[in-house]
Amino acid sequence: MQLTGVLAWVGRQTTAGLALVGAAAQFVWTVVHSIGDIGTWGPQTALQVRRIGIDSIPVALFIAVFTGIVLALQSSYTFTGIVPLYFVGVLVAKSVMLELGPVLTGLALAGRVGANIAAEIGTMRVTEQVDALEMMAWNPVSYLVVPRVIAGIVAFPIVTALALGAGIGAGWITSVSLLDLSTQEFVRGVRMFYDPFDLRYPLIKAASFGAVVTAVGALHGYHTTGGAAGVGRATTRAVVLSCMLILVLDAVWAVVLL
Amino acid sequence: MIRLTGVSKSFDDNHVLRGLDMRVAAGTTLAVLGRSGTGKSVLLRCVARLLQVDEGMVEVDGRDMVSADEKQVREIRLKMGYVFQFAALFDSLRIGENVELPLRRAGIGGEEARRRTDEALARVGLEGTRDQFPADLSGGMRKRAGIARAIVSRPDILLYDEPTSGLDPVTGAVIDGLMVRLKREMGATGILITHDIQSAFRVADRVALLNEGRLHAEGSPDDFRASEDPLIRAFLEGRADLWPGELVAGDPA
Repeated sequence: MQLTGVLAWVGRQTTAGLALVGAAAQFVWTVVHSIGDIGTWGPQTALQVRRIGIDSIPVALFIAVFTGIVLALQSSYTFTGIVPLYFVGVLVAKSVMLELGPVLTGLALAGRVGANIAAEIGTMRVTEQVDALEMMAWNPVSYLVVPRVIAGIVAFPIVTALALGAGIGAGWITSVSLLDLSTQEFVRGVRMFYDPFDLRYPLIKAASFGAVVTAVGALHGYHTTGGAAGVGRATTRAVVLSCMLILVLDAVWAVVLL
Repeated sequence: MIRLTGVSKSFDDNHVLRGLDMRVAAGTTLAVLGRSGTGKSVLLRCVARLLQVDEGMVEVDGRDMVSADEKQVREIRLKMGYVFQFAALFDSLRIGENVELPLRRAGIGGEEARRRTDEALARVGLEGTRDQFPADLSGGMRKRAGIARAIVSRPDILLYDEPTSGLDPVTGAVIDGLMVRLKREMGATGILITHDIQSAFRVADRVALLNEGRLHAEGSPDDFRASEDPLIRAFLEGRADLWPGELVAGDPA
């Protein structure tokens, strides 16, 4: 009896997982198919870039600044007496550019942007606003989803680039003000292992995170059922799945590009 | 004309519509009555192809909505106006922008769109609300704004999903009067889903009663008033004791 129950549970979970994969594949196909409808999504995109990008800058900078400070202090603590201190610059720059800048920004924006998109579109779904769009002969995916996904792909790298600057800047200020390190030494460390690809790599990652966060938020919002409780569930699932996919993508890009 | 033939629609094991046959003649309004959960709104959504039927045929102005592709469905919807139960206005858009949306889709912009939007708002008595947001309006005004959005593109077909639900009787009567006037002025074919008997009798040329996913009865408002059919009487008089199989307080178990 217990074995039957376990098998039934596994079966239900497998079916639900496959259904989600199927729905996601169909959704991605619909989004790609709707890109040609530029007359619908074009006018919406600038507004979404502002909401997704510009409005997210404060939270991204806040995270980046404190990451830079902590990295400088922790690397100094680790290196003192063993490694020349200008390696603080190496560690701050490399860590912020290659990993912490894009990933922490992505995770923060998954919470802010992903939740916002899932809740907004989910509410529109349960209050029949999505149906209203359909009845006015608009393509809801072109109107609601495509501009957000494009805005995510455009805005996440911009926000991430600013976060990289803020993180490294905060590490530099911390180094010269709290550690026994000069600006010249910090810059020497930053430049020591610098490769131009170090700047392209986080931006590529950020663009992919932007696509994932916005698409997952929109997918869950678009398929919301069950009123306010359903909107809450969709929002939670969107944030959790976005965060997981960001970490998976981070590993995939490391394998593929490094 | 709108015609449904043998329409069935289920949600898992819940068989909502079971071989429904119904016809709405051009230029007339059919009010669809029925108890909650009997499939009235599902019927309306099937006509608009917001839901796809499981079986049967839905014909709108001679075009098959069931087999139409997405592009054809959008073309047909350009001739439809749909009034949602809770108006379904976009919170982030002003009333004028909400009402203009169907026109923008139809490629009408600029001064012409502005003129037609103002005209639609005036028709529903909402002059001067163009720059307000939906949250600034009362429930009745939001419903009227929803009607303005439905009529702004001068549709041939108007679908009303419980337009007077949740409104006080006076505001409900205002909405009814508006629907009657729009029918007279625009000559659109309409389906009105409602629980409100008085509203149905005021607005509709024909009245239909749905029961268990099928058409139980159809006739003029006068036919319904005079009918001795127990389901019609139960519905008109709000008497659960007349409804077959319904237990009411005080009944023996």
